[in-house]
Amino acid sequence: MRQAKEPFQLMAASTLIRICGVQAHTIAELLKQARKISANSIFNHTFQTLSQHHYLTEGFSNDFAQWVMAACNAPQLAEMLTALDIRQYESVEQLRADVVRALEEFVSAFPQRARQKAFEPFYFCEAITVTVLTDWRVHSLREFCEALWHVSVHSVHYHFVSARLRGPKTNDFSAWIGQSLELKELAEKIDHIDIYTNTLERVRQMILDECVPWVEA
Amino acid sequence: MSAPPPTGLISLGDYVSVIGRAEVDEMRALARRLEGRTIKMVNSTAMGGGVAEILNRLVPLMNDAGVSTRWDVITGGDDFFEITKGFHNALHGAPYEAHEQAFEIFRAYQQQNLANLRFEEDFVVIHDPQPIGLIEARQKPGKAPAGPRNAHWIWRCHIDVSRPHPQVWSFLEKYMKRYDAMIISSPAFTRPLPIAQYLFYPSIDPHSQKNQDLDEDFIAKTLERFGIDSNRRILLQVSRFDRLKDPLGVIQAYKLVRKYTDCQLVLAGGGAKDDPEGGQVLAEVREAAGDDPDIHLLALPPWSALEINALQRAATIIIQKSLQEGFGLTVTEGLWKKKPVVASAVGGIPLQIQHKLTGMLAHSVEGTAFQVRYLLSNPQVAQRLGENGHEHVKENFLVTRNLKRYLMLFLSLSGAAQ
Repeated sequence: MRQAKEPFQLMAASTLIRICGVQAHTIAELLKQARKISANSIFNHTFQTLSQHHYLTEGFSNDFAQWVMAACNAPQLAEMLTALDIRQYESVEQLRADVVRALEEFVSAFPQRARQKAFEPFYFCEAITVTVLTDWRVHSLREFCEALWHVSVHSVHYHFVSARLRGPKTNDFSAWIGQSLELKELAEKIDHIDIYTNTLERVRQMILDECVPWVEA
Repeated sequence: MSAPPPTGLISLGDYVSVIGRAEVDEMRALARRLEGRTIKMVNSTAMGGGVAEILNRLVPLMNDAGVSTRWDVITGGDDFFEITKGFHNALHGAPYEAHEQAFEIFRAYQQQNLANLRFEEDFVVIHDPQPIGLIEARQKPGKAPAGPRNAHWIWRCHIDVSRPHPQVWSFLEKYMKRYDAMIISSPAFTRPLPIAQYLFYPSIDPHSQKNQDLDEDFIAKTLERFGIDSNRRILLQVSRFDRLKDPLGVIQAYKLVRKYTDCQLVLAGGGAKDDPEGGQVLAEVREAAGDDPDIHLLALPPWSALEINALQRAATIIIQKSLQEGFGLTVTEGLWKKKPVVASAVGGIPLQIQHKLTGMLAHSVEGTAFQVRYLLSNPQVAQRLGENGHEHVKENFLVTRNLKRYLMLFLSLSGAAQ
């Protein structure tokens, strides 16, 4: 069994939600606030949405898209916001810029609709992430599979979905498998698993399914 | 006074079968960071009502996780609870005729309880408006602080205060501003205040008598005991007999459904010591039900958790047609039991029911009736909603999640979150 150059420490991550006290009643107001609200709030309404609704594959990609659709009845804008793939971003500010760009285009093209009052306000909240070490520090692919089987889906989210914000240009699993285990093909296959059309439990299983032939090889 | 110890010892380990070992280990790891810290929870009733139910499970679990937690209950006469019931309704936006005398009585009971309680803990969590004035224990004018100098005081508001009666809000706001943080159940409940506001959803316990698995025999016997036909479809609303729960609207919706579909309606309600209005509302509901043998009005005592559980499990559809709602734990209970729920889009209910994903939202008697009819006609949709709803509760609204949020808040307030 191939041993990793460096062990991989799995983390558990939880979030506390703080209410910002800022609301948007129209798409124009959403744009205004999205420009200046804290990065923790943008994180909460994009990355964290996926964690909170990890068992659904319909209806939720990020809170902005959901609100624009359900409360403002603006399907084109909702589509634009839904299409923002959080795994493509290495910083929340990059993601904020694209959210703002999509909103600006809508406000510019449909100024009257952008000022129509929504059915319900959008409430900005911040995510405060608290991390703790799990008991899983792994040195091989086999140990990795066992650990992945046991950790919570929120660990999967932390390492697989929000990892890019912490440095690696991929997810934590692929980074370790590619660099420390030098299994670049496996690392790439794992990186291509779709987080939007699968529940996080399904994502976990798909990663394990990719790993099993390499463990047995 | 101290709250009575909960029946039966519970431990975090009991929840491994529900939420998994990883989640339980994570909570223990968070609790270890709070080693040596102490917590006090204070509310107004040891039995009856959602807050007491939450604390009855949360407090033992915090202690089991290694965080020493004490639960105290304030005392008050009927005059005090009548006033706080008025405050409760007024904070929900109901009309209220404010008299200075009511505020004086409220203040007098706060002083009485301040004299009886000690505050020596590191974190004090005060639940709802009834004991809100205990914040005065933090530092009385001219005296040394009653508790640890750096104690953190948190006000946990379980009700929707987004449109409060201005005079009652103004009276209570003076107390609120003195807390370090406030916890509310929905971002929609927020009010401008100079303190940090955190979002905690209320929670249910999957192992409590109200939510534990039951055998079919007990469910059948419960239906038989209340004269409910187990072979016909059952619409159920569980709630106190309270105007804000709109039991009369539920009867109207049932009558609309009955034009097309055979079914029975069960309105089952408990009571709580701090709710003196219940008897009067029940009488109004009895009158509206008339002599319809398919409307079952069950005024249940506070120790009826198993019976309520059985009724929820026997129900075809669960209704919660509230006009105002804090959070609506009966909705949570229904979703946990994988039942399709039709509920009003008020208070914390839209946080639980995402329309057509985890249940159905309605805005009127007619809308409620329509959604009930739709689900009765489409049982496969009803089943999918129930399954999604169960997962939604598991992720967000179990007592273990509540415990985790408190641990994170205490860590965050004490600067030890990372």
